[in-house]
Amino acid sequence: MNGLIEKWAAERARAAFLALDDGTVFRGVACGAAKDALGEVVFNTGMCGYQEILTDPSYAGQFVTLTTAEVGNYGINGADTESRALFLSGLVIGDLTEPRDGRSEMSLDAYLKANGVPGIYGVDTRALTLHIRAHGNRKAYLCTGRATCPQAAAARWGQRALPEEEAVAKARAWEGLDGQDYAAKVTCKAAYEFGLPPSDFGQQKQKSEDRSRKSPPHIVCYDFGVKTNILRSLAAWARVTVVPAQTPAEEVLAMTPDGVFLSNGPADPAAVTYAVENIQKLLGIKKLTRRCGDAEKGGSAPLREKIPIMGICLGHQLLARACGAQTARLKFGHHGCNHPVKNLATGRVEITSQNHNFAVVADSLPDCLEATHLNLNDGSIEGLRHKTLPAFSVQYHPESCPGPHDSKYLFDEFKNAVRNFQAARLLGF
Amino acid sequence: MKRTDIRKILIIGSGPIVIGQGCEFDYSGCQAVKALRRAGYQIVLVNSNPATVMTDPDMAEATYIEPLTVDSVAAIIRRERPDALLPTLGGQTALNLAMELTRAGVLDTCGVEMIGANADAIARAEDRTLFKAAMAELGLDMPRSGSARSLEEARTVARAIGTWPLIIRPGFTLGGTGGGIAHDTDEFRAIVARGLEASLNREVLIEESLIGWKEFEMEVMRDRAGNAVIVCSIENLDPMGVHTGDSITVAPIQTLSDRAYQAMRDDSIRVLEAIGIATGGSNVQWAVHPQTGRRVVIEMNPRVSRSSALASKATGFPIAKIAALLAVGCTLDELKNDITGTTPACFEPALDYVVVKVPRFAFEKFPGADTRLGTQMKSVGEAMAIGRTFKQAYLKAVRSLEAPLAGHDVASFDPWFKAQLDEIEAFRKFLAGQKDVLTGLTGLRNGDNPVNPVLKNEQAYLLLRQAKVFGFSDREIAEAIGTDEISVRNNRMALGIRPEFGEVDTCAGEFAARTPYYYSYYSTSDVGLQASDREAAEDRKEKSHPSEVFSPKSSPRKVMILGGGPNRIGQGIEFDWCCCHAAFALRQMGIEVVMVNSNPETVSTDYDTSDKLYFEPLTFEDVMEIYARERCDGAIVQFGGQTPLNLAERLEAAGVRILGTSPADIARAEDRDFFRALVSETGVKQPPSGIARTVDDAIRIAADIGYPVLVRPSFVLGGRGMAIVYREDRLRAYVDEAVKISGGRAILIDKFLTRAIELDVDCVSDGETTVVGAILEHIEAAGCHSGDAAAVTPPVSLAQETIDEVARIARAFAEKLQVVGLMNIQLAVKDGDVWMIEVNPRASRTVPFVSKAVGWSLAAAATRAMAGERLKDLELQTSDFQKNRKSEVGSLMSPPYYCAKEAVFPFVKFPGADITLTPEMKSTGEVMAFGRDAATAYFKSQAAAGSPLPRAGGLILSVRDADKAAVTALAKRLAALGFEIWATRGTSTALWRAGVEANALYKIPLGSPNALDLIRRGKVRWIVNTRDDGEEAAHDSARIRAAAVAAGVPVTTTLAALAEGVAGIETIRTQGDALNPRPLQSQSGQPVKGWPAG
Repeated sequence: MNGLIEKWAAERARAAFLALDDGTVFRGVACGAAKDALGEVVFNTGMCGYQEILTDPSYAGQFVTLTTAEVGNYGINGADTESRALFLSGLVIGDLTEPRDGRSEMSLDAYLKANGVPGIYGVDTRALTLHIRAHGNRKAYLCTGRATCPQAAAARWGQRALPEEEAVAKARAWEGLDGQDYAAKVTCKAAYEFGLPPSDFGQQKQKSEDRSRKSPPHIVCYDFGVKTNILRSLAAWARVTVVPAQTPAEEVLAMTPDGVFLSNGPADPAAVTYAVENIQKLLGIKKLTRRCGDAEKGGSAPLREKIPIMGICLGHQLLARACGAQTARLKFGHHGCNHPVKNLATGRVEITSQNHNFAVVADSLPDCLEATHLNLNDGSIEGLRHKTLPAFSVQYHPESCPGPHDSKYLFDEFKNAVRNFQAARLLGF
Repeated sequence: MKRTDIRKILIIGSGPIVIGQGCEFDYSGCQAVKALRRAGYQIVLVNSNPATVMTDPDMAEATYIEPLTVDSVAAIIRRERPDALLPTLGGQTALNLAMELTRAGVLDTCGVEMIGANADAIARAEDRTLFKAAMAELGLDMPRSGSARSLEEARTVARAIGTWPLIIRPGFTLGGTGGGIAHDTDEFRAIVARGLEASLNREVLIEESLIGWKEFEMEVMRDRAGNAVIVCSIENLDPMGVHTGDSITVAPIQTLSDRAYQAMRDDSIRVLEAIGIATGGSNVQWAVHPQTGRRVVIEMNPRVSRSSALASKATGFPIAKIAALLAVGCTLDELKNDITGTTPACFEPALDYVVVKVPRFAFEKFPGADTRLGTQMKSVGEAMAIGRTFKQAYLKAVRSLEAPLAGHDVASFDPWFKAQLDEIEAFRKFLAGQKDVLTGLTGLRNGDNPVNPVLKNEQAYLLLRQAKVFGFSDREIAEAIGTDEISVRNNRMALGIRPEFGEVDTCAGEFAARTPYYYSYYSTSDVGLQASDREAAEDRKEKSHPSEVFSPKSSPRKVMILGGGPNRIGQGIEFDWCCCHAAFALRQMGIEVVMVNSNPETVSTDYDTSDKLYFEPLTFEDVMEIYARERCDGAIVQFGGQTPLNLAERLEAAGVRILGTSPADIARAEDRDFFRALVSETGVKQPPSGIARTVDDAIRIAADIGYPVLVRPSFVLGGRGMAIVYREDRLRAYVDEAVKISGGRAILIDKFLTRAIELDVDCVSDGETTVVGAILEHIEAAGCHSGDAAAVTPPVSLAQETIDEVARIARAFAEKLQVVGLMNIQLAVKDGDVWMIEVNPRASRTVPFVSKAVGWSLAAAATRAMAGERLKDLELQTSDFQKNRKSEVGSLMSPPYYCAKEAVFPFVKFPGADITLTPEMKSTGEVMAFGRDAATAYFKSQAAAGSPLPRAGGLILSVRDADKAAVTALAKRLAALGFEIWATRGTSTALWRAGVEANALYKIPLGSPNALDLIRRGKVRWIVNTRDDGEEAAHDSARIRAAAVAAGVPVTTTLAALAEGVAGIETIRTQGDALNPRPLQSQSGQPVKGWPAG
């Protein structure tokens, strides 16, 4: 009992607030690392999987608001990590609870602290979400570390180390994510080969099946902020080399890949111009035209020169840009695990995991690209396929983590393309 | 695309409310009927429960209020020739009936296609052996188990499993009837025997015990294209071993990581595919070992269920509606999400709140019953609440119950939930020490801006806000600190601590919701919407209209309807039906309706029943916050049963305008002295009575007025604690007990009228005209609670002058009590004299029945009267009313056919409880039957209630001395019908003297044949057993009745019922077509008009 009362008293001394650039301030209690941060506020409507969300590098530069009511319930588990570090600016939640599960390794609060990420809880996340829905994603300043107040009264009405007005001004002054290359901030420093962690039971069976084949295909994965489960999904049947975002196409080709993968990642695809150029080289596109069918490897080129390419999320946007399509910002993006996407080829609807603020503009599609998947909520493009080259991409996350597994089949499609390519090359077609 | 090769669809309802099958199937049925009709299909509906919105005559093209039996439904199919049967919306009853119709070849013969789920899929889901095989093929883990069709086979299976305890589940039942947990061989034998009896396919499954495992459920929707979504995930607080219906449950799942959740999601969808559920909704239940994480599949229901109703209310996703449309070939992506109106139904709702459901029990009604929670469902209702934290939702749900939460073993809960509950209790204790802080507020008036008050108030502010954020009600806070609710409320108002309202929008705020469906919550932080704050305040000022000053005579534009909260015995679906009709009528009048209720099973909490739905507890505090926020012009409290009535006076005092009969007049009807004066003023007889506070008082009064006497505590609700006492020693025992329980409160003693005919009269009044809806004549003599009694209308044994006198009394009381709305009167008729028993100026349980009987919604008419319309201006289609309208003295509606009502009891769930009908209500539901005469209607009502009277066979007669003379004539008629009569000694002597042959029956311990032998050997198909309450000799009686209930043999406990039954059998035997079903729409020979549109 005393523990609870002390906890409550301590909470009142750890006042924090999130100041939006439009002057709106959401007050709550600090958790995680005791430091302030700048970022863009987005909301995610998924109901579980907070650890996967925290470790998704695509959230770099963002405050993630989880709309789900209770967070922290099952603690933190090593197996559920999606990258080597936490790149988000901060976490915004309603209720923070302690795990009671014996299998949990640490609490969410401790995890945030250990990884240097600030958080705020006790926020009316619904009010914040409706605000974002109405006004779009906002730039914001999270004040936690220096907001300790001596008196309970001050926790509500001021005497903060940083006045709310100043925090609002800082949020306004921040450059934001538009036009920013965040992929460069989260990508790996050097190329490495991905090894399937032994903890992943789900794919053991498939792995041993694939191991029986003599030479697994080689996939080179551009890391724009790749999630581990993408690598796990690929490594189930391929040897995977992960390369930094800036790696030139020539270097990649020198690795003689059987397939190239364009990963997910944060922020604005328009800013990652070097990646677009590299992808054009891989596709063999020299000059962009409205038809974009002038790719020298299109049509008549031998099969062995058409390297299969798959993209996810930022990778999808970059592939589209490489072919001449445009990308634009959505009002508040798609972040969650319940977005219905229709596969136009099969008519089937997949419930998908999504996390993006930018999307491919439907009107800007060049003739060489066809839309393969549509979002049923807002009709936005969720999947593209090159009409003559073995390149396709999806805006959402077939690797899930968190989210439903409905779209795993896309990795199989990529696998088939890669195997065909591998065979064609061996046979000299 | 919807199918065009089907035009007419038959939908089967779930029949009377029983434990395990509540009004959730009215909710699902209504949704389906509405959706399919809108899609252009013709609907034929059959259900025996008149208190359902789905059986309102304007819902389907053809509505049959007929017994849910193979014969009856087969006759309807032959008459209507539907193209398809949709069996998945009427619970287990409809599913079982559909399977029986298939097996009987009716569907094949008549060319009816089963849609939604076919017979093979149903069999795979329901037959434990087939289910197990299908799961094994999928590679899903299941508990070790085996099925058995005899006790011998069962023992073999038990040996193979090799551990105690063992779970026994019968195949094909509802609510787990007949199942149980056996800890040793004796229990094992008893439960297996019971389970084999209860199972429709004479099969039980014996399983490894999963007691203590975590329990989860997933609600899955699937369409013919193979698209599948999880609508809702549910976690049980009570672990495996406690029936889901009795468990506290929470949505969404709280303690699973995404990895575990998604694996369960994948497998749930695979289960549906493997079972072959091509379209519709199903739920899949899972158990997870708390330490190892081993997950096993428990079962799946190939139909909408109690859980799916809860899931629909919890998420805003209308499972039944969508399931119905999927069954006719639509796909999920073609259908819109009603709540947003823009996004498709093919998605998984995201919740930004926590939903908690708690069960409501009625053990107090069944002394002697086992109150431990187990695999057999025992709860009679449930409350659901929504909060922004688990604690908020839990505390709200518990206070919605209006009864203490009991029976749950908190120690067995998952540690996360246990920690939450511990925190609640810790805070409650902490609050107790903070009285000074919370009561010593200074210098604040209601509405003051609490910014920068003195520090003392500041502490109070923080503490009180924290308590509200935890989810405590004003009342709980008051209880903790030892003050009264009003002072906590006043302080809270003065400090400006008010709730926020969230929306159930299916998408956690991502899209704008079109359908307003709300819950309240207190925000953890003072959200500083700096700019919007000011705007909102301005906005409020602008919109505010002074509800305090409007004229009481002005016609309202926005009306709040208070629902009944969780179902319980005595307050169930009948009251919800009235609330729905009130909503329909008001909306038809162009008045905006705000519905408040906490019962997830109901039609009233469907999001399209009202203009605005608040899923909130029916407490003073919660209702006031909504009333203030919505600025309603008035509230209707007389339809939701006792729950809103109990609030009426406080609400009125707080400024709520109560529409209709004033709370003071409602209260006056309960005031003994006032009422007595009123009765004598009206010139009606009233049984002599007295008030006793001590045993001696009671004995003196009883001696004065003469035995038998009807005794009850003065604070009685729903017949609670009422009894009829025949002798002084019994009275002494009763009063001793009652004084102990009531802590010295008064006991009311009335002369009990023996062998009187009891009448229920339902009327509507606008203060000027009083319309008598119908007079119901009870089959059972006075003394049995009116909710438990069988009844017929129009009355069969009343002289015209008696009927006129009843109408006169009704008008007089309506006038004296200034009734605007509904009124129910209970009268007794003895030797031509009419005696007043009680008057209730509010909705009664019989209002839906009466409305169906006369083809005119009394509840809708009452609502219109409350909203200011005059009854004589209403267009009524009933010719009797038209005829009498000119006289303006009130009208008696009398349909040209007879309707019988029979109650349905949960005795089979409470082995050991006595089944004798007493003044204390015990039934959970009721059925209605139509007939060209009263006897036919009664005969049909028995079949509809699940205890069909046999047309021939063995019969046991065992009657009390008082009935011995009268029974002989009936026995002669039974003998003439070819019944083989067995009689106990006294009865057989009486029969022998009258020249009726009967086989002698021994007392149970004395030899064979005795009643128990005969029941067990299947020799008797009907038991007639009457006895005086309070007569001891009845030990045999209790055992006989218990055995009969367990064996499903009908038991008739009054001679009056026997007489109706005999007459019914005679009619059926002579006129074969008497049972022919007719749709409600043509019962009165003319189309029904004037019903509020649903």
